[in-house]
Amino acid sequence: MATNLFYFLVFPGLLFAGVIGAFLSWFDRKITARVQFRKGPPPLQPFYDFFKLLLVKETILPKQGSPVIFLLAPVFAVFGATMAGVFILLPLFNINSGFRGDLIVIFYLLTIPSFSYIMGSLASGNPLAAVGGSREMKLIMSYELTFLLVIAGIIMKAGQQFDLNGIIRTQQEMSPFVGSISGVLLLIVGIFCVQAKLALVPFDIPEAEAEITEGIFIEYSGAAYAFIKLTKYIMLFILPSLIVALLLGGFRPDGINILWSVLKVLGIVLLLTLIRNTNPRIKIKQAVSFFLIWMNLLAIIALVLISFGY
Amino acid sequence: MGFKSFCFKKSLWVFHFGGASCNNCDIEILDCLTPRHDLERFGILLVGSIRHADVLLVNGSINKHDRERLLEIYKQAPKPILVVAIGACGCTGGIFAESYTFAGPVDKIIPVDAYIPGCPPKPEAIIAGIVKLVGKS
Repeated sequence: MATNLFYFLVFPGLLFAGVIGAFLSWFDRKITARVQFRKGPPPLQPFYDFFKLLLVKETILPKQGSPVIFLLAPVFAVFGATMAGVFILLPLFNINSGFRGDLIVIFYLLTIPSFSYIMGSLASGNPLAAVGGSREMKLIMSYELTFLLVIAGIIMKAGQQFDLNGIIRTQQEMSPFVGSISGVLLLIVGIFCVQAKLALVPFDIPEAEAEITEGIFIEYSGAAYAFIKLTKYIMLFILPSLIVALLLGGFRPDGINILWSVLKVLGIVLLLTLIRNTNPRIKIKQAVSFFLIWMNLLAIIALVLISFGY
Repeated sequence: MGFKSFCFKKSLWVFHFGGASCNNCDIEILDCLTPRHDLERFGILLVGSIRHADVLLVNGSINKHDRERLLEIYKQAPKPILVVAIGACGCTGGIFAESYTFAGPVDKIIPVDAYIPGCPPKPEAIIAGIVKLVGKS
């Protein structure tokens, strides 16, 4: 019990994932600034933002709508992201939880933040938030099948293993899955799914800043918004880690391999940031057809290639 | 200086309210966010919703229609909120001060923390104003 609480609250859960995620968020903003020939914020900027929102600002409750669900949604989001983070990071740091089939649980836990955003936005009683919520719903419906196909491909490649620990071990004994044609296809599809899950720019349709002014988060202020920021930091760490675990061979906590592990995560985040900086926001219709037609097609081609052994 | 006020000063998020402006001040405000001046160095971000804002920038002359909207925006903002009046119109009314639609400079409607005069103020002047505001609070 005490070990589980430690896993959840300190390492590799809330505290660790939050701190690393905040640094990655700074990395993302710094790279964005460098791409635009700006200087960018100082390294501790995400912490200043978080503590300002948590400690200084007032939380305003909506007059119309449901205040309880409005306030509970960010807490659920942090909970879901942290749980998913624990399940992803424990195998990555070589701590065996002895739990088989955790990949399925991770898949479900990763949708909790998005669902709680939708709940919170619909509970706020703001029409723009409702627009954002319905867009987020459509986005989930479009990328979730693709993400499931990616995970199915990984499971097939690993020889019907459903636990992350086994998948990482298989890759470390042989070679990372990305070293084959089907692996490259799965990596491309997975990167776009992560981009949509994080709601970064080509897919930031639910929180479009210019048209619906932050959409799903429009009514959030103060501590509630701080929790949403924390969820975003954690997701920015655990989703690239999941890609590293599934396709790039995971982390190795010995010698020079520590550097490689860090560089893998940073590389994935850099790729996400560059995609975000070089693309305009697309319409929800385009996003749905992008995932349902093109990305599913790529994923199915990858599945066929895997079944032939490529 | 406490931890709270330190964090607050390091991360000011700005919401921009344009009254009946001639758009010169708007352009100069946007200039502050461009590569040359880059206010994100100090953690200053432009946000889309007033609920996330720490600073309310008001520019342009405030006429009778704008007055109600400005009051509404100010009431919707989570406290503490700092108000900055930018440009001659926002500070005093400028050449519109005697117009029949003019509803008063910003400080007659809501409390103002900093005035940045000029028609329009240079981006350097806006940054200097923000620095003085941060030093004051």
